[in-house]
Amino acid sequence: MSIGLHKSDFANPVIRWVDSRLPIFTMMQKEYGTFPTPRNFNYFWNFGALAMINLLIMIATGIFLAMNYTAHTGMAFDSVERIMRDVNYGWLLRYAHANGASMFFIVVYIHIFRGLYYGSYKAPRELLWMLGVVIFLLMMATAFMGYVLPWGQMSFWGATVITNLFSAFPLVGETIVTWLWGGFSVDNPTLNRFYSLHYLMPFVIFGVVFLHVAALHITGSNNPLGIDPKGPQDTLPFHPYYTAKDSVGIVAYLAVFALIVFFFPNALGHPDNYIPANPLVTPPHIVPEWYFLPFYAILRAVPDKLGGVLMMFGSIAILFVLPWLDTSPVRSMRFRPLARPFFAVWVVSFFVLLWCGGKPAEEPYVTISRVAAAYYFLYFLVILPLLGRLERPLPLPESISLPVLRGGGPLPAGAMSKPMEKA
Amino acid sequence: MADSLAPTAPQHGAPQDGETRRDFLQLVAGSFAAVGVGAMVWPFINSMNPAKDVLAVSTTDVDLKPIAAGAAITVVWRGKPVFVRSRTEAEIKAARDVPMSELKDPQADQDRVKKDQWLVLIGICTHLGCIPLGQKATDERGPFGGYFCPCHGSAYDTSGRVRQGPAPLNLPVPTYAFTSDTQIRIG
Repeated sequence: MSIGLHKSDFANPVIRWVDSRLPIFTMMQKEYGTFPTPRNFNYFWNFGALAMINLLIMIATGIFLAMNYTAHTGMAFDSVERIMRDVNYGWLLRYAHANGASMFFIVVYIHIFRGLYYGSYKAPRELLWMLGVVIFLLMMATAFMGYVLPWGQMSFWGATVITNLFSAFPLVGETIVTWLWGGFSVDNPTLNRFYSLHYLMPFVIFGVVFLHVAALHITGSNNPLGIDPKGPQDTLPFHPYYTAKDSVGIVAYLAVFALIVFFFPNALGHPDNYIPANPLVTPPHIVPEWYFLPFYAILRAVPDKLGGVLMMFGSIAILFVLPWLDTSPVRSMRFRPLARPFFAVWVVSFFVLLWCGGKPAEEPYVTISRVAAAYYFLYFLVILPLLGRLERPLPLPESISLPVLRGGGPLPAGAMSKPMEKA
Repeated sequence: MADSLAPTAPQHGAPQDGETRRDFLQLVAGSFAAVGVGAMVWPFINSMNPAKDVLAVSTTDVDLKPIAAGAAITVVWRGKPVFVRSRTEAEIKAARDVPMSELKDPQADQDRVKKDQWLVLIGICTHLGCIPLGQKATDERGPFGGYFCPCHGSAYDTSGRVRQGPAPLNLPVPTYAFTSDTQIRIG
């Protein structure tokens, strides 16, 4: 083997030639072929792969929509209608993109809840978790700006309300809002920059996803038991075991996605966004897209402008410090009899907030939002820190394989052979 | 990794002649995945074809009355210039007297017009897409009295046939029909 070349194990001479100079095949084999993965994943572990697929679908449909979209206040609405009526399969691209955003948030919320329940944010996966929160924030910004582009009434007034959040900051607030708008109201400059950023940010997300996955491949995956794999008897190679399991999940995911796109394409949208933007008339009841509603409810639950904005941002920012708020060394809530019901109530509070966020800002929804928002923060700031000290966890199993293989014996001899090459 | 389970290990549906049930399943699953991906890719590709509003403006009506003998107008059809020229008797005669053997892309003038007087051409040089001169009376019309492309020197005659220069083909005749004696519809 010459000096300076990577030693490749691939037999195919072409692959070997490339791999010796740029070991991408070796890397793929290591990270997605033989990568040792806990053998006890349940279907909640599909959602990372689903989110990746969803991001790719969003980028693909978005690039093709951009070929027909016009980012101008006078033409944007009509260009979207042209996509729906005149462009071949334009309706499919747009419905897949709009509902793809909803699917993306459904998938990512399940992915986040999975992490919260099984303690995937705990050491040594703190940074992995924090990168995930960054992705979530980027997704929210991207989704918000994307919703502005059709330039309907909800687009316009959503953009107005959300950008006005920044006016809550004392002294610099107004300056920031004028800067965001590029003028003195939401107008053509705002639409143009939102379009530019909406096209850019998915690629930023892609970059952070790469870091998220890179960090994952250092620590390895968490698993439903929350204990570390102790050896080869506790893991399976990623391929074919989890490529196959992920494929099953992808088929189910695509079936749900297709059902929404073909039969309920507007169920998750708002009819007012089919009215062209009118800067002189606000619709009587404006709401953000459903995936923002829990945070919107927190904003409205606080009777102070700045306080509401800070609480809303805080409700996501708090996730960054979650690895240090949860003091329990036990990851999986399967073994945390007290944390489990408290977490269940937290999930309920999240959905109550989601429901209240879509209701008018009046009683009883305001009071309900306040109770749910209070619990949302209480769970992170008081309950989790205290539970680590007060709770007596159930005994953890000795190993992942023990309950499965009864004794954790070695695998059959044939299974230990050299990994097969995949080209 | 030492823990990898290689697919070469004995499997269910054990091999008889080196073919296993797993081989069959992989082929079937792979084929269905390929068909599925192909079906999903088609809408993306087709979305780049002309949209309905583009196809809807694919005909252009031209009123011939204002065009005096020897004059020409240029109209736009599908975003392309179409030359409509009212030929003089001398021009028609010049086009018809040329022996076929002199033509690079042999075609009789009679096959290129519907009425002798009216020459209708797509005004795009068949070399690299420039628009030839010759529509205006003051234009350079080249040595054959038809059109002259200033980009690379292709010259066309009074039937729009290429006579000299790098262009390989005659100026194409678009699909058109006379809707009345003084009106044509292109497309």
